[in-house]
Amino acid sequence: MTTAVSLLLLAATLGFAIARPRDLPEVVAAAPAAALCVALGLVPLRAAGHEIAVLGPTIGFLAAILLLAHLADVEGVFAYAGSLAGRASQGDPRRLLQIVFLLASVCTAALSLDATVVLLTPVILATTTAAHIRPRPAVYACTHLANSASLLLPVSNLTNLLALPRIGLSFWRFTGLMALPWLAVILTEYAILRLFFARDLRNRPGTGTQPPQPAPVAALAVIVLTLAGFGAAAPLGVAPAWIAAGGAAILFGVRLTRLSRGEARRFVRTTVQALNAPFLAFVACLGVVVLAVRDSAAGRAIATLLPHRASLLGLLIAAGIAAVLANLVNNLPATLMMVPVVGHAPGLVLATLIGVNVGPNLTYVGSLATLLWRRILHVRDHPPDAAQFLRLGALTVPACLITGTIALWLAITIFGTV
Amino acid sequence: MRILTWLMDGTWEACVDALGDYPDADITLMYVIDERVTGTVRDLPAGLLGRGTSGGSRAAAIDDAARAAATGLLDAARARLGDRPARTIVRTGRPEREAVAACADADLLILARDGDSSRLGPHSIGHHTRFVVDHAPCSVLLIWPDRAPGLGTIPPPPRH
Repeated sequence: MTTAVSLLLLAATLGFAIARPRDLPEVVAAAPAAALCVALGLVPLRAAGHEIAVLGPTIGFLAAILLLAHLADVEGVFAYAGSLAGRASQGDPRRLLQIVFLLASVCTAALSLDATVVLLTPVILATTTAAHIRPRPAVYACTHLANSASLLLPVSNLTNLLALPRIGLSFWRFTGLMALPWLAVILTEYAILRLFFARDLRNRPGTGTQPPQPAPVAALAVIVLTLAGFGAAAPLGVAPAWIAAGGAAILFGVRLTRLSRGEARRFVRTTVQALNAPFLAFVACLGVVVLAVRDSAAGRAIATLLPHRASLLGLLIAAGIAAVLANLVNNLPATLMMVPVVGHAPGLVLATLIGVNVGPNLTYVGSLATLLWRRILHVRDHPPDAAQFLRLGALTVPACLITGTIALWLAITIFGTV
Repeated sequence: MRILTWLMDGTWEACVDALGDYPDADITLMYVIDERVTGTVRDLPAGLLGRGTSGGSRAAAIDDAARAAATGLLDAARARLGDRPARTIVRTGRPEREAVAACADADLLILARDGDSSRLGPHSIGHHTRFVVDHAPCSVLLIWPDRAPGLGTIPPPPRH
């Protein structure tokens, strides 16, 4: 009975988040669902409070990164990157694909998957069409790397941030172990995309020109310093979230001084919107709802499927189950459900992260369930390119899961997890 | 004679040059924005659970950039055509369907092979182009974007 209710509440929360009726923020459904979980006794109030307390710093970190990416966009960092890519490729589709791979990997690792999806991909689309090159290879590369390349740093994906506090790895230990999987997955994606789009890439160079963009030197410097700051802060014991907040504050302050009063007011408003407080509340509420599922029979059933040891087979099974779960309920709930169960073995948690980060590449909306629900709810009667995206995803996701997990096993064998 | 020229990225120069063989024709240059790609980029944020931004301005920016690129290509094509008058159309949607629909009031459609042009064979034509060649309601001129490959690239007949 409690299992059914908790699953129902999770389904309702996710369904609302997918359908987004009347453009209402997702927390409008998540908050009552979380409240119901506590009211119905599915989650003790203390456990809910503890869950939110654990998620708190993570959410704060994510807010700082979202802000950093937004301010970088305002300064024109992404537009500049696109224009640079267009000019450096000289119209050659293959060279542009390579440049996009480099750009998207770095962007996702440093500024998170959100930045690549929302800020970089439209720029790459504009760059390819302005260069008169077929857009599909570069745009799909960007989309895939938004997920695949989010393995490297904890800040690259909210799933990583959610897992980090529970496995006792430091920021740089995480990065060190994930570096090899990150490379393996990116190379796998490149090989598959090169073959899949061979026809489009064989075209003659395009002759379009890019509109010149001024180089935002100051903003780029702040971003590089922030990343360096992550490294310097760790041995000093300063939480990376403060470094990210500092970088964002500098960009904010520098921009504010250059604006008139009216523009400044608008800038402050868009910045506060970029913080996306409703989303941060959504994550906290989602944590409580998933806790209810985790403590129910469904959660226990999933726990029995998961491996206990971080052997190569165990890692592969964890990554596989994580990818399947991410396609059933989306990556955030999948992470919240699986990580506490495998938390005793950091290797298994990292394999889980490979699964939930790579799994969403099956569809362009992040999970099979979302795609099907959007089709049922007629959000879009003719889904843009779902079929071809699915075909590409069916090739890249299994391949990346295997190469990434084997690379992880190698990294653990060489470096150890302690 | 009313000629419709379907211009695509990577092969449009050859199509414009082919118009030189029809000095007295009434020319229309067409570019089709592939709605499937722009639609995918516009819908991508839907996969970010919880971060549903009402990306109205972003969606508009994506459409504007696509339209600007289309106009840029058509301007370059018109410049390459020289002094000849030509109409230009930009359509948005599934490329093959839009191209076929636009053929309704044309006598000849000119389009280029957009596949593998290193050898003679069915792989020299992509999916969109194949659909249009199969379904166009008018005459179709299918040109090689570069020099056509030699006859030696045809595989030998099977030995029986």
